[in-house]
Amino acid sequence: MSTTTTPAPVLSMTGVSKRFGAVQALKDIEFDVAAGEVVALVGDNGAGKSTLVKTIAGVYAPDGGEVVFDGNPVTITSPSEAQNLGIATVFQDLALCDNLDVVGNLFLGNERKHAGALDEVTMEKESWRLLRELSAKIPSVRIPVASLSGGQRQTVAIARSLLGEPKVVMLDEPTAALGVAQTAEVLNLVERLRERGLGVILISHNMSDVMAVADRVAVLRLGRNNGVYRVADTSSQEIIAAITGATTNAVTARAARRAPQEEQS
Amino acid sequence: MTTSQTPPPAEPTDVADSVPADLQDERLIASQGVGGWASATWQRIKSGDLGSLPVVIGLVIIWAVFYGLNPAFISSRNLVNLTLQMVPIGTLAIGVVLVLLLGEIDLSIGSMSGLSGAILAVLFVNQGMSIWLAVVIALAAGAVVGLVYGLLFNRFGVPSFVITLAGLLALLGFQLRVLGTDGTVNIPFQSGLVQFASQLFLPEWLAYVVAVAVPVVYLLARLRTDQRRKAAGLSAPALTTVAVRAAIVAVLLLVVVSVLNRDRGLSYMVVLFVALVVVMDLLIRRTTWGRSVLAIGGNVEAARRAGINVKRIYLTVFTLCSTFAALGGIFAAARLASANQSSGGADTNLNAIAAAVIGGTSLFGGRGSAYSALLGILVIFSISNGLALLSVSADIRYIVTGAVLLLAVVIDSLSRRSRAAHGRA
Repeated sequence: MSTTTTPAPVLSMTGVSKRFGAVQALKDIEFDVAAGEVVALVGDNGAGKSTLVKTIAGVYAPDGGEVVFDGNPVTITSPSEAQNLGIATVFQDLALCDNLDVVGNLFLGNERKHAGALDEVTMEKESWRLLRELSAKIPSVRIPVASLSGGQRQTVAIARSLLGEPKVVMLDEPTAALGVAQTAEVLNLVERLRERGLGVILISHNMSDVMAVADRVAVLRLGRNNGVYRVADTSSQEIIAAITGATTNAVTARAARRAPQEEQS
Repeated sequence: MTTSQTPPPAEPTDVADSVPADLQDERLIASQGVGGWASATWQRIKSGDLGSLPVVIGLVIIWAVFYGLNPAFISSRNLVNLTLQMVPIGTLAIGVVLVLLLGEIDLSIGSMSGLSGAILAVLFVNQGMSIWLAVVIALAAGAVVGLVYGLLFNRFGVPSFVITLAGLLALLGFQLRVLGTDGTVNIPFQSGLVQFASQLFLPEWLAYVVAVAVPVVYLLARLRTDQRRKAAGLSAPALTTVAVRAAIVAVLLLVVVSVLNRDRGLSYMVVLFVALVVVMDLLIRRTTWGRSVLAIGGNVEAARRAGINVKRIYLTVFTLCSTFAALGGIFAAARLASANQSSGGADTNLNAIAAAVIGGTSLFGGRGSAYSALLGILVIFSISNGLALLSVSADIRYIVTGAVLLLAVVIDSLSRRSRAAHGRA
């Protein structure tokens, strides 16, 4: 099922490089994501995923290369600039304030006001609208975030990133440390982001999550592109091989050993 | 099959419209009316979300014990004295609540209050300046000191504990220097400020008007909010619940006022102090600034990433804290009609910090309320006042106050554990 017309990417990077002293963290990276597409970004530890994410989020300025956002070449020099462009990032630590309630966290730094004071009524109403749109399972928005489960906290963090009406959402390991049901909940959320027409960049180590929800998989290895795969036309083994950089290593060899056995049984 | 004929299933929005948006989750336990409010409150207390309950119970016990030992304790005369005594350090405690909400501390509030008292007395008495100008300069000195703390904190990232410890010593030095060789400066009794702090009381009728006006304003504000909530499709508590709450507040205030009115009455200084507490509470709970303070106290990194100007908040809070300390020093100088080398010394610092903590503000940031300054200072001065009535010496007073502080912190830790167990951490 090959797509004949690829939609124009909302974010595309070409030849992006980043050096830290003697370490070439990124070298000539090509990366793009279209509206309504989920692109998984995978790679081993030290492959440059975090550096690339932080470059897109405006934490690091790239040394070279071109970034085109929504058709216009841009240079993102600060996180707030990235947010203003419409790139929302949900970092792995979620950055929630445990002592504030869900409404307080959703609108943190972006509070609605009414006659000079916080407009709790409007904020609560909009919180419910947003959470309903995401079919989020949060019983009350007036409880401290500390009392929510891991999946619910992830939901709050993702919902907050949507308040600025972004075009691209980056999720850094959203399912790490989540249980089975909660992981499914977050993956459903990712699909709902796609339905909303957002470009989603999903950073994950979990191959089954990637295969379950992504449209394409971009593999980084040692700071370079190591292939982009359409999930429909590839397998976990192929991606793992690209991640580790070899078709014969401990991981793939084991998988290969087991595959014939499964076929026999 | 009749699928083709059946009308489309009722729009889910029909159901949603009839139930307020915040009550649609089936897991929520409905609680309506006054009974529902009472049972919900009881559930909250049981789960360890004690709020100000331990302080209130502690206060009742303390008062009962002192009443048993010496009935003069709850005489109107003594209670009026108590309200006047608590204001200076209570004002310091408001500032302490603010820095504690950020998870920081200011150890120099005692020295700052002493310095501001000294500046006020020297400018007014020795330099012959107008009293109100002297007050403004003393307050400005507090603001400048707080500003310096904030700048040092932001620029060098030195823990506030250390900065303000240095400030404690330096400000004490400034205080001695300002006072010069005299050591003590007496402020004339007939000056407006001293009158304000010790002689000016609300007329009886005005005190009653205040006691009725406050719950009425509360009721009206609640009704307005509830109306907006209903218009927005959210739940609102029943009218009776709100009315009962307002009535409770009204009864409490009327009892307090009638007791105080049997003696001199409600002092303007006390009204100003309580008004400051209420204003700070509103600022903390109802403004973007207050929300930022709580957010930073909860998770600085999250606050920074949310786009909050963290440095500006630190700067304003340190400035406000030192300014409140300066104001407390002015109240203290006005009440005692003098400023001397030991003003703001001894246990001033620790009483102010202990008041904030006893009142229920967490030492770890992000949790607390301006009212804890009022409640905590009431506890501390009830103890010292009661022990003074029993002619107990200072040694016992320190020991008892220390024990109460310890008890408050233990209750705080226990309730935190309980909150965690009940998912309310």
